[in-house]
Amino acid sequence: MNWTWFHRFGSPPYFYRVAGKMIPWFAWLAAITAVAGLVGGLGLAPADYQQGEGYRIIFVHVPAAVLSTMAYSVMAVAAGVGLIWRMNVAHAVAASCAAVGAWFTLVALATGSLWGRPMWGTYWAWDPRLTSELVLLFLYLGYMGLRGAIDDTARADRASAVLALVGVINLPIIHYSVDWWNSLHQGHTVLKFGKASMPPSMLVPLLLMMLAFSFYFAAILLVRARGEVLRRERNARWISEAIGA
Amino acid sequence: MNLLSAHDLHLWRGDLHVLRGLSFGLGAGRCLQVTGVNGAGKSTLLRALAGLLPLESGAVSWRGLDTRKDTFAFHSELAWLSHGTALKGDLSAPENLRFSAGLRRVFSEADIDTALSRVGFPHNDGRLARQMSAGQQRRVALARVLLLDCALWLLDEPTSNLDTRGQNMFGEILDAHLERGGLAIIATHQALAVRADRLQGLELT
Amino acid sequence: MSNATPTAVSSARAGWLLVQRDLRLGLRRPGEWLQPLVFFLVVTTLFPLATDPQMSRLRDIAPGALWVAALLSSLLALELLFREDGQDGSLEQLAVSGLPLSWLLLAKTCVHWLMTGLPLVLAAPLVATALGAPYAAIPGILAALLLGSVALSLIGAVGAGLTLGLRRGGVLLALLVLPLAVPVLIFGARATALAIALEPMAAPMYLLGAIVVLSATLAPLAAAAAVRISLE
Repeated sequence: MNWTWFHRFGSPPYFYRVAGKMIPWFAWLAAITAVAGLVGGLGLAPADYQQGEGYRIIFVHVPAAVLSTMAYSVMAVAAGVGLIWRMNVAHAVAASCAAVGAWFTLVALATGSLWGRPMWGTYWAWDPRLTSELVLLFLYLGYMGLRGAIDDTARADRASAVLALVGVINLPIIHYSVDWWNSLHQGHTVLKFGKASMPPSMLVPLLLMMLAFSFYFAAILLVRARGEVLRRERNARWISEAIGA
Repeated sequence: MNLLSAHDLHLWRGDLHVLRGLSFGLGAGRCLQVTGVNGAGKSTLLRALAGLLPLESGAVSWRGLDTRKDTFAFHSELAWLSHGTALKGDLSAPENLRFSAGLRRVFSEADIDTALSRVGFPHNDGRLARQMSAGQQRRVALARVLLLDCALWLLDEPTSNLDTRGQNMFGEILDAHLERGGLAIIATHQALAVRADRLQGLELT
Repeated sequence: MSNATPTAVSSARAGWLLVQRDLRLGLRRPGEWLQPLVFFLVVTTLFPLATDPQMSRLRDIAPGALWVAALLSSLLALELLFREDGQDGSLEQLAVSGLPLSWLLLAKTCVHWLMTGLPLVLAAPLVATALGAPYAAIPGILAALLLGSVALSLIGAVGAGLTLGLRRGGVLLALLVLPLAVPVLIFGARATALAIALEPMAAPMYLLGAIVVLSATLAPLAAAAAVRISLE
């Protein structure tokens, strides 16, 4: 297996240049899939026979929830790569993930509780998925808090990488324990989303929205990571060349 | 023949490029005295050599092996002393040595007494470390360095808080260490009372 | 070089010496490790005062009160785990000792549990009885807290290593450790609730045991990495 591409990505100027070229692609793909998904989800898909029009919030909620977990995994993988191969670019990517992931988590929490109002008659009912999202939000806040508390960037990178790895091992355990806890106490308020029984007219827009969120995540992550790389390499010679060119 | 050699060390502290391509070698029975103004990176260099700080580039080798790869082999021959004396305030001098040096070496109570008397610590002084003066704590910490019986000493300001007699004592134990073929890297501005042909200097700017 | 090669010490003996040292230090300063215990007792006293002191009602909140109080007091104690050793340079000495740091930190964490976790476990029967738990529930409660407090000490060691030497480390430590402790809290409180209801509590106990095994395997490694980073 040829690993040169991997090491090339580790070089900040190369990453900066290639990421810059990839961003418009991801942004356009995100825009196209989002428009298609929204038209399909809000216009073409039929109303749910049980939940009426209110169910349409899943076209935002489910992708946000999926991406909130995915962003944490991407962050942990990037942090692990940075820790093991001492790759500064990977640390920059990990650092850029946290705020985006926390934002997805917040969106998932907000849309979930808005959906809960008509369904459960209350904004917050300790639904297991939303509770897991809440704990995930705390994990993100801890990660960002630890980063913020350490002045030295290199030390902050490594310390937060250890935390991200510990967190990603814990994530499935937390998820499982919360599900288990819920099954004992209140099995009736589970969000019933994304079941296989969903008709294609709902499933296709939902998948399109997931794609749109993923592309959006990729685009915004690269924008932030480029900024982070610039900040870290502010004294390097290639920057003046890259910006001057 | 150099037992310890550093090759092209680079280190940044934040935005500051502290070490710029530093290289040196040190043979048996030799002492490297590191000097330089405050903030020149003396402590940084020592911590990097000890393996407490990651090196951005360059390599340190001990007996021809990379210290970052054969860490345990290197550390088992390293006696490290920095600003923190690593003494426990609620333990007496012999207790401190029994536990802190005892983690790494087997020795008898008599060895502890010998080490304490060599650093000029009063015999049968049963006080707890927190009741001692800073200079006496420093002496006990130096006794630990003796007890560890390591080939390489890395000492950061070992004579701080020591009076003139204490500094002479340090010159004696350092000379004995070099005489036996040991190596030492010492960051200090005090003149080191060892034979000139054993001393090499390194000024950081 | 030395004329005679110095005799090296095995990792097992080094760990045992570290345990002895930390125990001796703890016994000379009982105030430090008694504080979390007192905190635990005070917090559990607050629950009846803040709610309805009828025993039947208290019994419902007893598992939650017991576990939240245990979690908070173990968090309070965590700050002590590496702080002094970090300040006086002892951790540096351990890091360059040529001994496996994760093993040494595991030894330190064990002593820390003995002095701050075990007292909570031993005080639990008293507190549980005061909160309306039947006497028959006490062995179960003891077992659950025993496993849970071990897991909390191990997980907490990672957080303590990460926040070592940081300004406002205490609040940050809570923010890092509490989300990671959610599974322990859930399984522990459930086991306690089952014990109080005098029902079989095997399921949550197995899960707690699994968490203890997993964290005993991984937490010392993560804590050693964290401490090395904090010493930079």
